[in-house]
Amino acid sequence: MIRALHRWPGLLALALITVLSLSGAALSVFPAAERLAAPRAEAGQTVAALATRIKAAYPGLEQIRRAPSGRITAYWFDQGAPGAAVIDPATGRGVASADPNPAERWLTNLHRSLFLGDGGRIAMAAGAAAMLVLALSGAALVARRAGGWRHWFARLRGPLSGRLHVEIARIAVIGLALSSATALWMTASTFDLLPDAGATPAFPADVSGETGVALNDLATLAVTPVAELRALSFPYPGDATDVFKLKTDRGTGYLDQGTGALLSWAAPTGWARVSETIYMLHTGQGAATLGLVLGLMALGVPLMGATGVLIWLAGRRARPRIRANQPAGRADTILLVGSEGGSTWGFAATLHAALTQAGQSVHAAPMSAFAPDRYARAERIIVLAATYGDGDAPASAKGFLDRLAARDRAPGAALAVLGFGDRSFPAFCGFAKAVAAAAEAKGWRALLPLDTVDRQSPQDFARWGRALGNALGIDLNLDHQPVPPATETLTLVSRRDYGAAMQAPTAILRFALPRARPWQRLTGVGFARFNAGDLIGILPEGSAVPRLYSLASARRDGFVEIVVKKQPGGLCSGQLTALERGDTVTAFLRRNPGFRPDRGRAPLILIGAGTGIGPLAGFVRGNARRRPIHLFFGMRHHDSDFLYGEEMPAWQDDGQLARLVTAASRGARRHYVQDALRTEASEVARLIRDGARVMVCGGREMAAGVSDAMAEILAPAGLTPAGLKAEGRYVEDVY
Amino acid sequence: MKTLLSTLALTTALTLPGLAMARPVTLTTTLNNYGGDGAYLALYVTDASGAYLGSLWMAGGKSKYYEHLTDWHRATGGDTAQINGISGASVGAGRTLEITLDLADALFDAGYSLHIDAAVEDMRDSPNEVAVPLTTDGAGKAVAGRRYVASFAYDM
Repeated sequence: MIRALHRWPGLLALALITVLSLSGAALSVFPAAERLAAPRAEAGQTVAALATRIKAAYPGLEQIRRAPSGRITAYWFDQGAPGAAVIDPATGRGVASADPNPAERWLTNLHRSLFLGDGGRIAMAAGAAAMLVLALSGAALVARRAGGWRHWFARLRGPLSGRLHVEIARIAVIGLALSSATALWMTASTFDLLPDAGATPAFPADVSGETGVALNDLATLAVTPVAELRALSFPYPGDATDVFKLKTDRGTGYLDQGTGALLSWAAPTGWARVSETIYMLHTGQGAATLGLVLGLMALGVPLMGATGVLIWLAGRRARPRIRANQPAGRADTILLVGSEGGSTWGFAATLHAALTQAGQSVHAAPMSAFAPDRYARAERIIVLAATYGDGDAPASAKGFLDRLAARDRAPGAALAVLGFGDRSFPAFCGFAKAVAAAAEAKGWRALLPLDTVDRQSPQDFARWGRALGNALGIDLNLDHQPVPPATETLTLVSRRDYGAAMQAPTAILRFALPRARPWQRLTGVGFARFNAGDLIGILPEGSAVPRLYSLASARRDGFVEIVVKKQPGGLCSGQLTALERGDTVTAFLRRNPGFRPDRGRAPLILIGAGTGIGPLAGFVRGNARRRPIHLFFGMRHHDSDFLYGEEMPAWQDDGQLARLVTAASRGARRHYVQDALRTEASEVARLIRDGARVMVCGGREMAAGVSDAMAEILAPAGLTPAGLKAEGRYVEDVY
Repeated sequence: MKTLLSTLALTTALTLPGLAMARPVTLTTTLNNYGGDGAYLALYVTDASGAYLGSLWMAGGKSKYYEHLTDWHRATGGDTAQINGISGASVGAGRTLEITLDLADALFDAGYSLHIDAAVEDMRDSPNEVAVPLTTDGAGKAVAGRRYVASFAYDM
């Protein structure tokens, strides 16, 4: 609902909002420029003194105005010819033209009415309303995505366009909401929809009839500082019934031109004051710095528009059409999809096609359309559920849990739940787990236990597919490639072998950097920009399903390096560990911004085992700033498995690696990396209390063991791994 | 060209005997290129003593800006009932406003004057921009305003 409220005003009003924001940003410069250029009045100068000075210079003086910027303008007649100038209050003489700036006038008319009069004003007000809806709905979306308002500035993950969109939005949204809300108020004021007219007292009927009071004898002018002046109008020469009209921050009044007496006065109403404040907030006139800030924020709008359209297009592309979808009442398999960005629909389409090919009759629908009463012939219900933010339901699964809870018993068809998520988030597959838990509580018969797919891993999905096929007694081969990636050919330049003695051959493979085409360099796609910790997808010969490996090098290292252990019967690892110099592989890059050292100076605690050392070694190699890094490395045997053992001493001597602690699981005594952590417990706890960041890379069991050890180590300090994860200070890359 | 019957509006103000006779009069106001946004113009009539009699036309639709037409505002207290049905859009720089209305014969050669107040956003307020006596001899003779009006003439 909120997403729709964000998407449609955004797409429909994009052009209008872009014109509004660009012209608004350009206009924001003028009040600041005017403020800098306007000659200052000396402190404490009174209106009487200023008026006397100007009157001496221009005897035909008719009116003095002071803009909120402090700029003073005088209007006079000299022998029938009208004159006007910006006045230097120190001399009372004109120093610059009072004519409106044509560029500012042009921009103003574009900004408020597209040069189309009242119709244009209404169109621009509609644009401002769309902007306000976008700002509010966008703020709600950011909060939901981050897992709550408290996490407003939480670290972002995901594709660049999405991150850029939110990065800009969470800074600019306050300014955009302010600018659009004040714009709507000003439009209402312009169209007389608000009772905010300035209070002008009735023109005085009784005047002294005399003329010629000296300006210094006008008591009101003598006590009004120039800083409060807005306008002072002089009586017509020769008209004894006319009066001085004074307008200040405090109100409007008339002064007798014979006696100097204050004849009447009216203070502005509350409405008028609110409107004045809103005018100031919107235009920056009288608040030039705020105006510049708002203008800068407005510049984010075209960027957010462009990235927003990209997000929308990507979402559309990622949601494939489901072919030959069966009606709910006739299907034996119901496929319910809970997807936020649309990628889970891609997996659903693959599953739908595979099941259909295996002779099943399949109905796919969003989880939010859950209606078991309609599933007359269903034998099984398969739920594919992503998670949004901190374990919330994704967009297409809203209301599912409520509907399930409202039923008095579970549907008869057996249930399988597959969760999609990112293991580096604390609430990994949180929503899928909630669905599985709710189903179990209802006594819903399970077809398969809950399973998960980490970061759209095709392997995870294929593995689950085989389990599903076993349960159904069919041969189910799920080959899903989310977005066909642009691959490159990498050539092996060197390899170092380990682990032969342990019957676990492991190799550090180094490939030459593929040549980046100019457009790749420009946009930073593919191997034109990568860091240690990013992922490389290798397409083994004879399979369309890529295998992901963590990169142990960054682009600036000048090579692509990975650490691969030969898995028994593993297709890809077998091919990789058999590579000779000059052999090639087909690969693509997938960014992994969640697993990267932050830019801070606080110590880093890197924990890895086996091939998990790869990205950690890459971080150490790239540690040019000599940030204190404490590396805990678990291996089987020091003699055969010490990956990067040759480089470690040099890194320590250089200060790139502050401390190295190793643990060997085979040898004199079994010692795992979590044991090494426990041995160093007090030091680890001290580092984390002082702000250290923890990065863990390796197998799932190792990561669980490390997490348990850390929980013990941190408990005395009142900290938990989960709490650190929520702060982004404990990240994992596990496989 | 704007044609209207403003006799109604005027008769509310001019309930003098002998006003039954009226003739069509065309008021032509041409603005100079003053380099600003559209001008608000108030056209109104005063009697020999300078007292406000009634309005002929208001160019400019937003009543919140009428206070800048200083003399008209002073005379009417900003009463928009004075210009009910006889108002239109503001007039751009260099453009011409032409209105035709039925004016009572009795207004001519009897000491009445036609006034125009003008105002432009972020520029000078120009009350009494134009003030011409209404006479049969003066018809067709163009006069210039003080700041914004390049020429004004009434033709019978």
